[in-house]
Amino acid sequence: MVRVEFLGPIQKDALELEITNLTELATILQVTPEMAEWLENSAVAVNDTLVASLDVSLKDGDKISLLPPVCGG
Amino acid sequence: MLKLYDGALNVPKILEDWYSEESKSNYGAYIPFVGTVRSEDGIDGLSFDIYEPILENWFKAWQEKAKAKGAIIKMAHSRGDVMLHESSYIACVFSPKRRVALEFIDEFVEDFKASAPIWKYDLKDGKRVYALDRSTAIKGSGILA
Repeated sequence: MVRVEFLGPIQKDALELEITNLTELATILQVTPEMAEWLENSAVAVNDTLVASLDVSLKDGDKISLLPPVCGG
Repeated sequence: MLKLYDGALNVPKILEDWYSEESKSNYGAYIPFVGTVRSEDGIDGLSFDIYEPILENWFKAWQEKAKAKGAIIKMAHSRGDVMLHESSYIACVFSPKRRVALEFIDEFVEDFKASAPIWKYDLKDGKRVYALDRSTAIKGSGILA
């Protein structure tokens, strides 16, 4: 089971999913209506490290975070 | 040093504390940047969400870059609401010579704007509205699309 958290302005509760890689997560989120506006512009972190591709395997207990566009300061 | 505060920053105190901490450290230059909430588009203020684990990793990486140049960085940021003419962000660089600090504060603040996991909202008419049009997608965004 991995936990998926949606940060900042994405108004969505965390998910607990039985998935083993990010491609499976993409498949699930692409058919989630409230995520349509966020997938193009959100970055992805696995266990608080940003990742640059879907080529990441996941293990039980991993935490995935989706980070929409930022503006500090 | 990275420190987060609830609400507006106490600018004089933070700048003075940082100065005092390093006044005997033999740095020739202290370059602070203070960000202030300006009145524009009828806002009453700004509000901020922060994701601390990644912010801390991002800051550590910049600390290492600063160290490689013989410099140090410090940063303070607000969580929650900050009203007009208050400060939500202060960053600074101390370095042996001015040129390193002047260049480093520019690079550091620009990357902060583009990469630090902080989300800004306008406070207007009693609502908290995400400032999407002023926000930047983090490098590598869109891999799930």
